[in-house]
Amino acid sequence: MHKYLTAILLAAAFSLAQAGEAQSLAVDPVLEEKVQGLAEVLRCLVCQNQNLADSHADLAIDLKNQVREMLKQGKSEKEVIDYMVARYGDFVLYKPPLKGTTWLLWGGPFILFGGGLGALYLNIRRRRKEVALPLDDGERATAMHMLSGELEGSK
Amino acid sequence: MRRFLLPLAIFLVLVGFLAVGLRLKPREVPSPFIGKPAPDFSLSQLHAPETLFSPADMKGQVWLLNVWASWCVSCRQEHPVLMDLAKHNVVPIIGLDYKDGREPAKGWLIEHGNPYRLSVWDHDGKTGINYGVYGVPETFVIDKAGIVRMKHIGPVTPGVLSEKIIPLVKELNGA
Repeated sequence: MHKYLTAILLAAAFSLAQAGEAQSLAVDPVLEEKVQGLAEVLRCLVCQNQNLADSHADLAIDLKNQVREMLKQGKSEKEVIDYMVARYGDFVLYKPPLKGTTWLLWGGPFILFGGGLGALYLNIRRRRKEVALPLDDGERATAMHMLSGELEGSK
Repeated sequence: MRRFLLPLAIFLVLVGFLAVGLRLKPREVPSPFIGKPAPDFSLSQLHAPETLFSPADMKGQVWLLNVWASWCVSCRQEHPVLMDLAKHNVVPIIGLDYKDGREPAKGWLIEHGNPYRLSVWDHDGKTGINYGVYGVPETFVIDKAGIVRMKHIGPVTPGVLSEKIIPLVKELNGA
C-alpha cells in the first residue's frame, strides 16, 4: 500500500513540476517572440560579437528585461530600438543605418568591387594590344621540332 | 624595379590600416550622450536612504558622475586616482553605485576610502541602463547646465585625469 501511495505521490509531483515549467515558458508567447526578435538585432555591449539573444552576460539579461518591459508597456519595436540607440549609439545595432558616418562601411565593398573590375578591364585591354613578336628562323625550327615530338633532338 | 612598386604600395597601405586598427579601442563605444542633457533620475542616497538625489541638484556646477560597484575589480584600480582627485577638491564627484548591495557598498567605501560627495544607490541597474553603462567603471563629465561633455569608459588613469578630465573641467568652469 505504502509503495503505491509513494508512486502516486511521486507521479503527481512530477506532473506538477512539469506543469509549472511549461507555464513559465509560455507566459506570453507573442511577447516572448517579439523580445527574441529584438534581442537578435541588438548587440551585447559586453561581448561585442554576440547579440542579446545569444549572450548570457548580466548586462545582456538586463537589457533583454528592459526590452520585455517596454514591449509590455505597449511600446512599439521601433521605440525600443530608438531607446537603445539613444543610449548605446548605432553600435548597438547589428545592422547599422546608412548615414554620414557609416557610408564607408556600406559602400566599401562596392568600391573595392568596382576597383577590381576596373583593374581587370585595364589588364585585359593592355594584353589585347600586345602583339606576339614574329619568330626568327632558328626559333621557328626549334618550335617545329618540339611540335613534332622531337624534344630530345632539339637540344 | 617598377614591378615592385605596386605591391610595396599595397603593403604600406595595409600596414597603415593595421597600425590604425591597433590603436582603436573597440571596447570604447562612442557615447551618444556627448552634448546631450544627462538623463534624469531620482535615487536614494547610499548613506542616507531617505534622502533622494537627482542630477538637477548639481545645476550650476561642473561635476563628475562615476559609476562604481563593490564587485567591480577595475574600480579598485581607479580608486586611488579618484581619492587623489577628491583630496585636491578640483571637482565634486558623485558616485552611482551600480547593481550593488547597500551594505557591501558601504563596506567597500570604508575599506578603500570615499572620494564621493555622495553616492546614489542604483540597485536594479535601471539608471545605469539609462546612462548607457555597459562596463563599470564609467565616468561622465557633466557641465553647469547638466549637459554631458565627456564619457570615459574603464578605470580613470592619472594620465586621463591630467590630460583630459581636469583641463575639461577647468575649461567648463571658466566658461
